[in-house]
Order: sequence, then C-alpha cells, then structure tokens
Amino acid sequence: MLDAHSSSNTDGKESAAMFHDAVFMEDLRMQMIKFAQLQVRDSQLAEDAVQEAIISAYQNIEKFGRQSAFKTWVFSILKNKLIDLLRKEKRYTAASELEEGANLNGDELIDVLFKKNGHWQKSERPQKWDQPEHGVENNHFWRVFDACLNALPEKYSRLFMMREFLEMETPEICHNEELTVSNLNVILYRARLRLRECLEDNWYQAEKSK
Amino acid sequence: MMNCKRATELLSEKLDRPLSTKEKVALGIHTTMCVSCRLFSQQMQGLRDLSKFYVKGNGEETNNDEKK
Ligand SMILES: [Zn+2]
Repeated sequence: MLDAHSSSNTDGKESAAMFHDAVFMEDLRMQMIKFAQLQVRDSQLAEDAVQEAIISAYQNIEKFGRQSAFKTWVFSILKNKLIDLLRKEKRYTAASELEEGANLNGDELIDVLFKKNGHWQKSERPQKWDQPEHGVENNHFWRVFDACLNALPEKYSRLFMMREFLEMETPEICHNEELTVSNLNVILYRARLRLRECLEDNWYQAEKSK
Repeated sequence: MMNCKRATELLSEKLDRPLSTKEKVALGIHTTMCVSCRLFSQQMQGLRDLSKFYVKGNGEETNNDEKK
C-alpha cells in the first residue's frame, strides 16, 4: 500500500493543498472538535481523535478522490475514530442498566406501543413531561439522556445526532450517508420513539414515582 | 380517520420536512381529538429543545486542561 505512488493521484495532490490553507483547516478543525465533543465528552480525547483523523487524512490523501467532498471524507475518518473511542470507553450509565423497554428495536417497540388498529396501548400513552424545572438543570437527567442515546442502535444515534445536534438538513444527511429521504424519516422516527420511551421510563416516570 | 401510529410518524417527520396541506389537515384533526398524540407532539419538540440544550451545555463542561 505504501508503494502505491501511482500516476493517478492528481485529485490527492489538489486536496493536499487544502491542508495548507490555514483558515480552511482551522475552521474544519473547530467543526470536527464540536462534532467529536458531542459524542466524546472528554474534550482531550475528542481533540486527540480530531488530531488523529487529520493526520490520518493527510497520510491517506491518495485514497481520497472520487468522493463527493473533502470535508465529508475527513469527517468520515473522524466518525470511525469516535466510534472506536466510544466502543472502548464505557461511560455514564451502561445501556444494560436501563429499563428493558429501551432495548427493543424499532419494529418491536412499535408493536408494544400501538394496538393492531394503530391506536396507543393504554399503558403506553405518552405522559406529560415536567420540564424544564426537573430536567435540564439536573446532572442526573443528562446522564440518563446520554445513556438513552447510547442505548440506541449506533446508526440511529449517529443520524439523530447529525439531525438534532449538528442541525444538518435532511438532504445533506441523506447525501452524506447514502440514504433515501424516506429511509431517514423512518430511522429518525424510530430513534425519537425509542429515546422518548427511554426518557419516559427512566426519568419522567421514575421521577413521578419517587 | 388517521390512527395514532400514522399521526406519530407525521409528528416526527414534521421536524424534518414540510408536511403537505393534506397531511397537515389530517394531523390537525387527529391531534385536536387525541390527547396522547398531542402530548407526543410536545415531546417531539421537547426532544429537539433538549438536544439544543445538550449541545449548548456541552461547552461548559470542557475544562479538563490539567492533562496535556
Ligand atoms: Zn392519537
């Protein structure tokens, strides 16, 4: 692989020039750090991951070419680093400590929530969430929120974070992730359904029953 | 009439795409009559607000300057 200095890496050379555009790189680095810190809350680890991703991108520039955008490519390297990190470190409440309900996958959860005719099961009807006074100020709440986010299938949480944390527009996400809009709608629906269920079981209901 | 499952799908999609007039009308009729879906709707907005807060609050926690 190291010997692959073939003739066909002109794309790579052009992209390599981007590494020397200080303004562009600093802007990109800040965006990457923001993205990383959303998922790895230890800022040093997040910055390390960004640093490694940039170095890795620089070293592998000849592999970049046909992809749509330089930024997308660098972010995909970062995402893999973050996923590795998240796998390695067990943080906050482990997903296994959460109520059973949260571990059902999308389809199963839908069957639990709704009757055959598509109306809410009586026991699963949404409850009123008391906030913000009980929620956003409270560290424990955010640990539950993190745990619920972590309990989502990886794909769900990544797409949910892209949409809700990074506030990316759906066409951009679909383009980056090679998804159809209806696919994304279904995944976001299921992610929200599970997150909602998990928060209600582990926070809002738990608070009420205290 | 639209059932709750379909209503909740639209209440999620509403956050990601503009609904058609037809969808809006059907959803409006449903949520007027259905307390559960009305609460669900508030919770969907709640998740969005919480996410915004999560990102904002995240910056304040990052004072781990000691190990370098
Ligand atoms: Zn309903």
